[in-house]
Amino acid sequence: MSYYNFLLEPISCHAWNKDRTQIAICPNNHEVHIYKKEGGDKWRKIHELKEHNGQVTGIDWASESNRIVTCGTDRNAYVWTLKGNVWRPTLVLLRINRAARCVKWSPKENKFAVGSGSRLISICYFEQENDWWVCKHIKKPIRSTVLSLDWHPNNVLLAAGSCDFKCRIFSTYIKEVEEKPSPTPWGSKMPFGELMFESSGTDGWVHSICFSGSGGRVAWVSHDSTVAVATGGKNTVISSLRSETLPLLGITFITENSLVAAGHDCYPMLYVYDEGKSTVTFGGKLDIPKQNAQRGMTARERFQNLDKKASSETDKATLESVHKNSISQISILEGDKSKCSKFCTTGMDGGMTIWDVKTLASSMKDLKII
Amino acid sequence: MAKNTLSSRFRKVDIDEYDENKFVDEQEEAAEQQGPDEAEVDSLIRQYPLREQDTLQKKKQQLIKSLNWDNMAAFHAALRNPPINTKNQAVKERAQGIVLKVLTSFRSSEIEQAVKSLDKNSVDLLMKYIYKGFEKPSDNSSAILLQWHEKAFAVGGLGSIVRVLTARKTV
Repeated sequence: MSYYNFLLEPISCHAWNKDRTQIAICPNNHEVHIYKKEGGDKWRKIHELKEHNGQVTGIDWASESNRIVTCGTDRNAYVWTLKGNVWRPTLVLLRINRAARCVKWSPKENKFAVGSGSRLISICYFEQENDWWVCKHIKKPIRSTVLSLDWHPNNVLLAAGSCDFKCRIFSTYIKEVEEKPSPTPWGSKMPFGELMFESSGTDGWVHSICFSGSGGRVAWVSHDSTVAVATGGKNTVISSLRSETLPLLGITFITENSLVAAGHDCYPMLYVYDEGKSTVTFGGKLDIPKQNAQRGMTARERFQNLDKKASSETDKATLESVHKNSISQISILEGDKSKCSKFCTTGMDGGMTIWDVKTLASSMKDLKII
Repeated sequence: MAKNTLSSRFRKVDIDEYDENKFVDEQEEAAEQQGPDEAEVDSLIRQYPLREQDTLQKKKQQLIKSLNWDNMAAFHAALRNPPINTKNQAVKERAQGIVLKVLTSFRSSEIEQAVKSLDKNSVDLLMKYIYKGFEKPSDNSSAILLQWHEKAFAVGGLGSIVRVLTARKTV
């Protein structure tokens, strides 16, 4: 894996362009910086996007149409298009009265969804006649801030995780932009704003949510240190795992059955979902700590430890993981959600790490990615 | 004007109750949750000193094992039927008292084995009771609870403590 430290402040959010040569990050302020890869391990800042009046909380880069959408705590969202060598913003009126928290382009890139603290989701699409981005709201039955969003491959279903401890799947069918979607395991009648699925049983804010590659499964992580996966069908079955780690903040599918999640423990971990047994199991830590030379402890050090900390174990004061602070976002770099070969994590230490799935699988015995 | 300013009834109104955006937890059916059965737990603990007299006989080893078993049975009985869904504070206090009694009756060396016999949900439940016990410390309870906490933490990890903090329905 390769680690690059962009800045000393947390990276609020990031997004990659289509060929993964450029990354757009928000360095914990009102701007978005775009860095370009300069060979080897070097990154150079090539653009600064300054339009927001509040911290930028979400960035998404549409691969095919090369547009960036950003949303921030100033209750606005901007769609940026590259004209020549400059990124030009277009304001999108979200009609929200609280901060926007997350934004995602739909798979066909004709709509995007913004989750906000106003307890609603704004679905925005471009209206050709007025040359303007228009938005529609999904309000019921969301009762608190929407923290995370993910689109189903059919461009209509949207999964939303929010602070009212629930994960929900909504239909965002807009007849002006698309045709009627065909039935899915989550339901067949899909008018706009229809609630197709609502989870129950978990007790914490849902930090991150992800559809599987086929769209038949949805996984989410919540603040009570649980990972849950639901499979759509006539009777939706929710399987969850209570982990012994600190809460996780980001999750993504890397194959139909394997998930990678990371959070406040500063290292990514693998989870495996078994649909037959309806279980989620911990697959292993995905961070190889460097083997430091074993320093023997002198008798004096041992006594001091016993005196101060009542334990005679070796000093574990330093973090052995690559990231030195919580990981806040995971994104897929190479491949897609049904077969991923590289993924990227950014965290509150201002660093970005690229992980190679093949190298991880070969270097860690007992790690099975099915 | 003088008459209006005398009335201070408005100060007693709790406006948060009338906020239409107020978050209310979903009401699950409050099942008949009485908390752990006190009689059952008591009888199991009381068998502990009685058996000690029996150790005068030959099969000391087996009897010591059965001593542990009774304590374990009391432990498992105490962790059954937690009063999670009721709003009745008296039931919760009673349950806390019962669990604390069982936890104190264990010897330090037996705690680890007892915790290992629990499944994941019960470890989380034990952690909830331990932290509830920390809230109202009595003579020696904190020291014993800390020993239990150390062993439960070894099995449940930081996740079990996070679940105590984020639980909407407390024990």
